[in-house]
Amino acid sequence: MGKRVAKEVSIAVADAVAQCKVDVVSAYPITPQTHIVEHLADLVNNGELDAEYIPVESEHAAMSACIGAAATGARTFTSTAAQGLLFMYEMLPIASAFRLPIVMVIANRAISAPISIWNDHGDVMTMRDLGWIQTFAENGQEAVDLVYHAYRVAEKAMLPVAVNLDGFIVTHVVEPVELLDQELVDKYIPPLKMKHKLDPKKPITIGAIGVPEIYTEARKAQDEAFKASYKVVVKAWQEFEKISGRRYQPIETYKMEDAEVALVIMGSLAETAMNTVDALREKGKKVGLIRIRLWRPFPTQDFIKALGKVKAITVFDRALSHGATGGPVGIEVRSALYQSNKRPKVLNLIGALGGRDVTTEDFEELFDRTFSFIKAKPRFAYEIFGAKE
Amino acid sequence: MLKDQGLMSWKELAPGMYILEPGNSVKFKTGDWKSHKPVLDKEKCIKCGQCYLMCPEPAYEENEEGYFICNLNYCKGCGICAAICPKGAITMVLEEA
Repeated sequence: MGKRVAKEVSIAVADAVAQCKVDVVSAYPITPQTHIVEHLADLVNNGELDAEYIPVESEHAAMSACIGAAATGARTFTSTAAQGLLFMYEMLPIASAFRLPIVMVIANRAISAPISIWNDHGDVMTMRDLGWIQTFAENGQEAVDLVYHAYRVAEKAMLPVAVNLDGFIVTHVVEPVELLDQELVDKYIPPLKMKHKLDPKKPITIGAIGVPEIYTEARKAQDEAFKASYKVVVKAWQEFEKISGRRYQPIETYKMEDAEVALVIMGSLAETAMNTVDALREKGKKVGLIRIRLWRPFPTQDFIKALGKVKAITVFDRALSHGATGGPVGIEVRSALYQSNKRPKVLNLIGALGGRDVTTEDFEELFDRTFSFIKAKPRFAYEIFGAKE
Repeated sequence: MLKDQGLMSWKELAPGMYILEPGNSVKFKTGDWKSHKPVLDKEKCIKCGQCYLMCPEPAYEENEEGYFICNLNYCKGCGICAAICPKGAITMVLEEA
């Protein structure tokens, strides 16, 4: 087993990326992702990582460089946040449509305007439909483990993977983190061998035109591969458990066995919510927590199973979909439940935007509201939580 | 049932819609939607081959007699050949529907 050392999570994530022996790192620094790529630049400069570091002039170029490099069979990494991710946008669906195993860490940050460097999930929700596998980390250890997992999945499923870490709250915290021994990493992530790649000795065309007679078929093929990646994701976690002893699943539950109400959350806020669950359980209240770790492809069956016997849930979204019927997670959850016989009441709140604190007391209030929602008539599609009137 | 418009099944496509066979575009007719087509007057033609050289597609091929003949399956009707011809041997005529 590896040694547990206190490290800033960004540094630990960069070390994990280096352990995966990436060939190309291409990134443009943006808060709160900066420390990750700075540390990788250091490692390349010191000769500790045998990779090309491409300091590009924009995120659009960062993703373009990764696409070009990955198409030749290189293992690639990039990282970004907020407006940087949006600047990358044009290239994101190309990476997934070309079935390139690019790994990107997104240090989640609210999008402008107004300018905010603080954390919410507004940035990554803009790319939820682009065919990238997406996972959300809760803490430093999980962030590191999801990086290893991302390379395993990306290269087995031949799809790009985005690992989401809450900006500052996860990225800049110093935590005890255990990195895997190098030999285990080498076993878990063997050298990348692509069946088809850009090679002058065996020429192929990537990025041809798709006339109306073939575009639909191309997207269907991509969609089938994307849906099939669910199994790859789960299997990679099972294999990871064997080498590390740490168990990960698409949906994480906390005290859900006999819960009457539950909160549904993604990312680091679940740690606070767990404390609230503990406190309320001591008072005899049957509350639980569901955390979505795998956001795309959405694990519908796992989610429905996780609900147990709850009568009402509150989906706590950290992104706004203006004028929609809910936040992105709320919409997803309601849509999944509509196809199911198990259909608890769903309260959808949008909060913790742009780094706004949500405390254990707030979660207590949320659980109270969820209890009273069991019998209430739903009136709102969604509500922004904590906005001062 | 929706009318079948697909070229091939999605299952037959290479991952990423890669084209694994270089040069396979010759299998597809790429010029059958043009509005004008070039017509050669062999009386005026001096077989200089400028149409062949300047064709952006390139749709012109030399035949056994040394004339350069346009393959209309690939001609997009741009009219460069007609414009470049030093003898005015090529005229663009309206493609009949």
